[in-house]
Amino acid sequence: MGNIIMLDISGIRRLQFDVLIIGAGGAGLSAAIAASQDKKIKVGLICKSLLGKAHTVMAEGGMAAALGNVDNRDDWKIHFRDTMRGGKMLNNWKMAEIHAKGAPKRVRELEHWGAVFDRTRDGLINQRNFGGHRYPRLAHVGDRTGLEMIRTLQDHGIHQGIDIHMECTALDILKDKSGKVSGIVCMYRETGEFIIFETKSLIFATGGAGKAWEVTSNSWEYTGDGYGMAFEAGAELIDMEFNQFHPTGMVWPPSVKGILVTEGVRGEGGILKNSEGNRFMFNYIPKKFANETANSVEEAARWLEGDKDARRPPELLTRDVVARAINAEVKAGRGSEHGGAYLDIATQRSSEDIKKKLPSMYHQFKILAELDITKEPMEVGPTCHYFMGGIKVDAETSMTTVDGLFSCGEAAGGMHGANRLGGNSLSDLLVFGNLSGMEAAKYSKRLKSMPKADDGDIKRIIKNATSILNREKGNNPYLIHEDLQKNMQYNVGIIRTKKEIQYGINRIEDMKLQFQKVKAPGSSQFNPGWHEALALRNLLISSESVARAALLREESRGAHTREDFPSERDEWLEYNIINKKGANGEMQTIKVKRSEPDKELKRIANSPIEDLEKEVIIDHNKL
Amino acid sequence: MKERDFKIYRGNDEKGELVSYKCNVSEGMVVLDVIHRIQADQANDLACRWNCKAGKCGSCSVEINGKPRLACMTRMNEFEEDKTVIITPLKSFPVMRDIVTDVSWNYKQNQKILPFSPSEKDKEKDFVMMQKDVDRVQHFRKCIECYLCQNMCHVIRDNEGKDKFAGPRFMVRLASLEMHPMDRADRIKEIKEEHGSGMCNITRCCTEVCPEEIQITDDAIIPLKERVVDRYYDPVMILFNKLFGKKKKEITD
Repeated sequence: MGNIIMLDISGIRRLQFDVLIIGAGGAGLSAAIAASQDKKIKVGLICKSLLGKAHTVMAEGGMAAALGNVDNRDDWKIHFRDTMRGGKMLNNWKMAEIHAKGAPKRVRELEHWGAVFDRTRDGLINQRNFGGHRYPRLAHVGDRTGLEMIRTLQDHGIHQGIDIHMECTALDILKDKSGKVSGIVCMYRETGEFIIFETKSLIFATGGAGKAWEVTSNSWEYTGDGYGMAFEAGAELIDMEFNQFHPTGMVWPPSVKGILVTEGVRGEGGILKNSEGNRFMFNYIPKKFANETANSVEEAARWLEGDKDARRPPELLTRDVVARAINAEVKAGRGSEHGGAYLDIATQRSSEDIKKKLPSMYHQFKILAELDITKEPMEVGPTCHYFMGGIKVDAETSMTTVDGLFSCGEAAGGMHGANRLGGNSLSDLLVFGNLSGMEAAKYSKRLKSMPKADDGDIKRIIKNATSILNREKGNNPYLIHEDLQKNMQYNVGIIRTKKEIQYGINRIEDMKLQFQKVKAPGSSQFNPGWHEALALRNLLISSESVARAALLREESRGAHTREDFPSERDEWLEYNIINKKGANGEMQTIKVKRSEPDKELKRIANSPIEDLEKEVIIDHNKL
Repeated sequence: MKERDFKIYRGNDEKGELVSYKCNVSEGMVVLDVIHRIQADQANDLACRWNCKAGKCGSCSVEINGKPRLACMTRMNEFEEDKTVIITPLKSFPVMRDIVTDVSWNYKQNQKILPFSPSEKDKEKDFVMMQKDVDRVQHFRKCIECYLCQNMCHVIRDNEGKDKFAGPRFMVRLASLEMHPMDRADRIKEIKEEHGSGMCNITRCCTEVCPEEIQITDDAIIPLKERVVDRYYDPVMILFNKLFGKKKKEITD
């Protein structure tokens, strides 16, 4: 650009770290704890909210790990196979393997740090059924597993010598001349004060961008900050077209539309019905899953009673299937009163069981919808929930395509392929949080000195932020955000077509122009309007990458459904879609050929379940 | 849809005032929805803290008509339609801006608590704990750290008490550790001296405001007080402790 920005930055505070983590949900805290185990490594942790409030607290159902406490036939191989099938085989094979193998150890570690899971009759960690998981696999605490996890990590983490900065927003990454990460510019939300964190490595545990949609289970924080900053720094984003719509969000009253209703309701036996009282999921069983799914109400009932020969009820099919089914029922005019489906646990379990196993759901509906779930069915419908895609990382090190930038948790892409299984997120946070923390620490140790940032970059980042406040007048950031949410909801939603996506992209281009003239009134101190405006850039980058990838992928796979290409196309299984910044700053969206998987992993994922179960028995007998 | 009247505190810790707003309220709306609507349409810079909007994260604690509440779980239909709803910051903590308070004091209290400490030997194998033995600990662990109890506790409201008492939230945390079947640490001395269990005089205000309905006073604070009394004031226990040491629980082999 050549413009020299006149701005005195000598007064801005600077702090130095070996490893700096952005985001303090389950992944960020796990990463910080792992990195801090080497006491020579100086670790910092930055979070946008107060510590312990990240979206991990909203996770309800549990964390998947093949502990085998409830059904000892379980094994990492079966968990791996379930994960790959759930992800429609588009998952990064190696990541899915590392996850399935590593999850049990991490769950036990969490227990050693103080988590108190529900118990089996033998006093071990109890496990519940969930969509797409062959066996009861989710370690859980009622329906507040995420709270248990974040509190445990928080209470353990604060004694590990980690320097924690709360209510601090990251603005952009700094790099040295060779392209290595050298730091990040941040801003304290309370005071508006800027701060420069110089660091040898950075871990992005920044979550997803669910706030780009109108009906969402995500809070204000999920604005794709990690995607936006990583993109600007030249990192690649992968699989961005796969956005999980959780089948069961609240639909009524309007002010709570989108708030999550745990899959645990179905795991505990809840059934889905349409306005005609039909248990419609029996009509939506995909061929691939037909021989592992109950084909009658009677068989599903036997399964709920614990009959090991009965197959799973169709309500526990993967989330993409259930979300589309509800969507289709509503479209066919068989929706519930407020445009969803009925989720009924009241007729399936006793009132005490429901209050014991799903206490926060009971509470949530009682207060927010004035409805007693032990007596009446809930009304539910799809809500934007999770990004399967994200920053592309190396499976074994979690490093992105930018030297020194690591990523884990929802922010990172690849592990879940085209659709994530419920319960695989919390375990992902632990497994890859840990891995990225260790690997970033190793990387930082190898660097002899702190990479040096360019002052010009620092000035540019600060100028971009302050100009939003200093502009005389301009566009209201809240209204641009509302427009964007509507745009994504209607044009890049659950069911997509070329025409709508193209229109959606044009609208995003308009909004990018409006964003150039965004104005936040007020001062720099705890000013939500300013914070909203700062987040908008990242939301726009995230949304554009979703829309462009969705346009390119001309098939329906997992959570990405193209009405104009209604089924999976084998040729597309060969490719991932990558978004990255081009030479002129434009977004490039390209097909990249996937590498050939390890033969053994391919064999496991494609084995018939009966064969794999026999193999696992042999494996277990060897131990 | 009906237009209703609100007054919201605007300002900082030194000076501020109640500012009047009007906002349309439709069916099912909670107080947090109103705050967001006002923020988007009339006052872009109105500071408020929130996250989950479902009573699970404990961020949006404020006082509504003088009562400590979670804004996301307080429905507008609780209030009479023609009455003004007044939203103010928590009284026990310094105001950062508008209805956002500086709750960092709470984080400092947590830092002082000796964390969960199982024995190395127990960590070698899977923990075996029966459900009935962890029920009470799980009840404590429902806490969402909204600090409404801390705000309500008159020991903490009276600023001088902040040096002497960790507050109900951290009595709950201490109780969850002390009653954890696998924990081997002894915190009784600290509970008495550092965390100030004696400061609570059992008025139960904390329990009344807990959105998770944790029986803070009866299940957490009173049992901790009893443990302190057993250690320091019971002559039989004092002799026992002298003879056999103060280990709370025997380490299982």
